[in-house]
Amino acid sequence: MSGIPLTPEQGLSEPTPPPISDEQVNIEDIEIRLLLEAIYQLYGYDFRSYSKASLRRRVLHRLGMSGLPSIMAMTDRVLRDQAFFVTLLNDLTVNVTEMFRDPEFYRAFREEVVPVLKTFPFIKIWHAGCSTGEEIYSMAILLEEEGLYERAMLYATDIDKNVLAAAKKGIYSYAAIKVYSDNYRRAGGKASLADYYTAKYDGVIMDQRLKRNIVFADHDLATDQVFGEMNVIVCRNVLIYFDRDLQQRVFKLFRESLDMGGYLCLGTKESLRFSGCAEHFEPVVGDLRIFRKRQLMKREIR
Amino acid sequence: MSRQRIKAVVMGASWGGLEAYSTVLSRLPATLPVPVLLVQHQHPTAGDKLPWLLDTRTAMRVMRAMDKAALEPGCVYVAPPGYHMLVDNDHTLCYSLAPPVNYSRPSIDELFFSAGHVYGRGLLSVILTGANDDGAAGTRYIKQRGGITVAQSPQTAEAVIMPQAAIDTGCVDWTGDLVQIGDFVVEQVFGLQE
Repeated sequence: MSGIPLTPEQGLSEPTPPPISDEQVNIEDIEIRLLLEAIYQLYGYDFRSYSKASLRRRVLHRLGMSGLPSIMAMTDRVLRDQAFFVTLLNDLTVNVTEMFRDPEFYRAFREEVVPVLKTFPFIKIWHAGCSTGEEIYSMAILLEEEGLYERAMLYATDIDKNVLAAAKKGIYSYAAIKVYSDNYRRAGGKASLADYYTAKYDGVIMDQRLKRNIVFADHDLATDQVFGEMNVIVCRNVLIYFDRDLQQRVFKLFRESLDMGGYLCLGTKESLRFSGCAEHFEPVVGDLRIFRKRQLMKREIR
Repeated sequence: MSRQRIKAVVMGASWGGLEAYSTVLSRLPATLPVPVLLVQHQHPTAGDKLPWLLDTRTAMRVMRAMDKAALEPGCVYVAPPGYHMLVDNDHTLCYSLAPPVNYSRPSIDELFFSAGHVYGRGLLSVILTGANDDGAAGTRYIKQRGGITVAQSPQTAEAVIMPQAAIDTGCVDWTGDLVQIGDFVVEQVFGLQE
């Protein structure tokens, strides 16, 4: 016996849905390209080299929520309704983050990177794609506990000015704090996370002193330039939204922004293999995606 | 260029999925000339052990793939806990931290919609045991795109809700138990020509 073919009638319900041809799918991709072009020309945000698959899912998600009849109608709305654009921007940039997200990463950073940073008179750290700021405060706390904060300068950048404003405020929901506290402990935190925030209404506000050496700035990895002489670049779960070409551009930017021996920290599923400059980095903690920029030997230079 | 019609297989499961995948994958040969992509609902803090477990149950290579990896025949790709796994237009993997869909990340629908878009009638999809309806909308879409859709027969499933929800869309072509599904996949992949 080899299983049962089902006729549509045996499924309980609905009439068979209409087919969707390759041509229709191709038109959908063209509509999305036109939408991205409209966004770029009017608002200056450049999503044209983002991964097609994730963008399409985000655009169709917003289309479903909006009740608009088509992507073309959405493009029209984006051109005339700035508030709608801001909503869509928030969808496209995927601002999902946590304090001490992937605690093993912060633990490894403490154990493998901090001892080296302690030998430097001054440290510059760049969080590229800092979103609403949870990870930059995590780094600030870690540096405080390691006695490094006073000689550190932290640059927190993002493409989206709205999330940067939220990052600057440092106000987070009380509901999230339980997870953050657990992460903090697993990341090797030396005190209690509660030492670094004040409860306020239904949220918490981060100790404002954590900000004294943080510079918040808007920066678009797709279009903007080198951010000089960094000792550490943290860019976790940002590059997954870019296509391979844009990834290569950004890796080049990171390579040029890092000091020799500087550290590059990526998300746990992000790889240097398609970066076009893998030979310029060596793994420090491979499975946690911590790399170090290295000097090329003469024979390696092509 | 290969003339076989099926270019990729996608699968989704939730409650009872580990056992179900073990059985289905044990029927697939190392020479299966297409990639197999699968989503198993897991808690986001679950360790990334599933590829290792499944690797002991199948002749195919179970990958721990990175973002942007090119999909290869004979390989199984498992969505990592906490990420959506999509197929991009150039047949590479694409991870995303977009919000959960159907309370799930990874979500079966996210994989099915993206793969259905790219592969059209070259896709074969399978819904196995599970306790929510993730994957039903994606199954419907794959059917619309001309793909072949399979669900585990509910009476053989540890949790019936997921395969039943897929069947209730009226868009499932074929049902069977886990062994039959494994054999059906092999038969279709090797047997169907363009």
